[in-house]
Amino acid sequence: MLETSEKIIDDAVDAWMADDVRIEETVTNYHKNTVKKITFIVLCLIVALLAAGYAMTVGDYQVGFWHTYEVVFEHLMGNVPEADETADYLIWGWRLPRICTGILAGAGLGAAGAVMQSILRNPLADPYTTGISSGAGFGATIAIALGFTVANGAYGIVTNAFIFALIPTAVIIVVSKMKGASPTTMIMAGIAVMYIFNACTTMIKLWADPDKLSAIFAWQVGSIDGATWVQVYFMAGVVIVGYFILQLMSRKLNVLSTGDESSRSIGVNANSLRIVCMLIVSLLAAGVVSFTGLIGFIGLVSPHISRLVIGSDNRFLIPASAAFGAALLTIADVVGRTVIAPAVIQVGVITAFIGGPMFLYLILKQKKEAWRCP
Amino acid sequence: MSIISLDNVVCGYGDGRTVLEDISFQIDKPEYVCIIGPNGVGKSTLIRVVDGLIKPKSGTVSVFGRSVEEYDLRDLSKIIGYVPVISSDFNVMSVLDTVLIGRYSRQKWRTSKEDIAVAVKALKAMEIEDLAERNFNELSAGQHQKVSIARGLVQEPKILMLDEPTANLDIRHQIYVSAFLRRLSDKAGMTCFTVSHDLNLAAKYATKVIVLQKPGKIYAIGDPNDVINKQMIHDVYNVDSEIVDDHGTPHVILQGVLR
Repeated sequence: MLETSEKIIDDAVDAWMADDVRIEETVTNYHKNTVKKITFIVLCLIVALLAAGYAMTVGDYQVGFWHTYEVVFEHLMGNVPEADETADYLIWGWRLPRICTGILAGAGLGAAGAVMQSILRNPLADPYTTGISSGAGFGATIAIALGFTVANGAYGIVTNAFIFALIPTAVIIVVSKMKGASPTTMIMAGIAVMYIFNACTTMIKLWADPDKLSAIFAWQVGSIDGATWVQVYFMAGVVIVGYFILQLMSRKLNVLSTGDESSRSIGVNANSLRIVCMLIVSLLAAGVVSFTGLIGFIGLVSPHISRLVIGSDNRFLIPASAAFGAALLTIADVVGRTVIAPAVIQVGVITAFIGGPMFLYLILKQKKEAWRCP
Repeated sequence: MSIISLDNVVCGYGDGRTVLEDISFQIDKPEYVCIIGPNGVGKSTLIRVVDGLIKPKSGTVSVFGRSVEEYDLRDLSKIIGYVPVISSDFNVMSVLDTVLIGRYSRQKWRTSKEDIAVAVKALKAMEIEDLAERNFNELSAGQHQKVSIARGLVQEPKILMLDEPTANLDIRHQIYVSAFLRRLSDKAGMTCFTVSHDLNLAAKYATKVIVLQKPGKIYAIGDPNDVINKQMIHDVYNVDSEIVDDHGTPHVILQGVLR
């Protein structure tokens, strides 16, 4: 009996030390899973592109669905036929900036949400949980109601929202440096700042005159109306740079999911990574919401739905959440502009109307938990 | 050069409480070391200190002749692996992906066939290769523990620190994991450092036992045959016991609490 167990252990250790092991089936399955994840990302991108094409047709001036792509291509090649000049003017001057803003905002908020949930180990975390929305909201409110702006001119509200959105992050980082960057400390610090900003915003709204109150409310709901190319360029810079940095950190984020002590022993300093990611995600989210207002739900629902489909590997989850967010926001914009046309429903309302039921359906349909609460 | 060397290590937490007092010992060759002692005596703290997870208040911790604080984290992770008592994994991935996380320091951006081969070997070593495609979330506590050990193995460390690696395992797997770790240190030259409450497993499989007693001091260190005896169990645990010989190793039969 004793000899049998000796042999089992010897064989196990020999197998561990052996140079050769049969892995063909495991490698095939691993690659199949990888292809499945990439397929989901590509599908989301195709849906976003198709939704963008349809969005370019929406408006008083009729342009065919496939023709919109031709117009865009001709413009890029610098070869716009005379017959397409009006379509070119409308699409490039008015419709495309709005669509690009939607795609960038959705991608930025989706990626930011995925990373926020990972670093805070909280399935309810999104770019707003840590006070970014309330900071931005307060910045915009004092600009609209009191005329107090950090920068003058057309981008006064945007600049205010951007700067005030970063204040909660600054507070969280200072508190984390003092008390340690645990997820609980960060969330609690963010919630404390959120309540302070919300109280200040409410106080100003109570005193604001009705016209300004309506403007504040419209900003808070979130919209991509009136987007310009300058806005697109700025957002593209913030979102693309932020996204690539997060993507580069995705393997470290996987390690972080094992817990702080395990992370350190695998080679990742959890506290430093959490603070760096927090800063990048905040800049990314602030860069988006300062232009669009508070488009909720994308940062929460995109990572969740992506996680239900492809799992939690951040190397794929971050691009999947970005692609899903871009598709969802673009579709929400189309729905908001067509469902009771010519009136427009703000995109922030539609994202919740589309994302909410979709999310509920997937929760009910899913067989596996997407989260584990150790 | 010692594999591990602790010199007058004093360690505590932020509230000023001292957990380990004046700990000194050396491990000069690959061994299976088992730390035993009552609850709250600093066993887990000791392996955390060696792994650099906790900084000592004073004293030095050296690994292969170099202070543990001087190591870059990624380099240290190739030398020391750590397996916690309870898995804190938050994201839900397949068992294979969960184990592959341990390859972080040795992996490039893409997961290579070599990474998968090492992960498969680790899963086989823990007898869980059939769980590779399963969702980590669907496993039992014992299976989680074996996945955590497999993740520690794929780091291919020279030293593996395990905090109560058999705590959630059934009796067969308690024996299997203990025997595997012992044989790993004998044949593969990997030093295994475990925390355990099972004196009989420690007596049977460890090559060296470190006994900690309150308040965080070393009571004894040495061969299990020399260290595990009635007097030690009385002094450290406050428990009466009988020791019988089990094929040349001491076997503890507990009799009752003294006070």
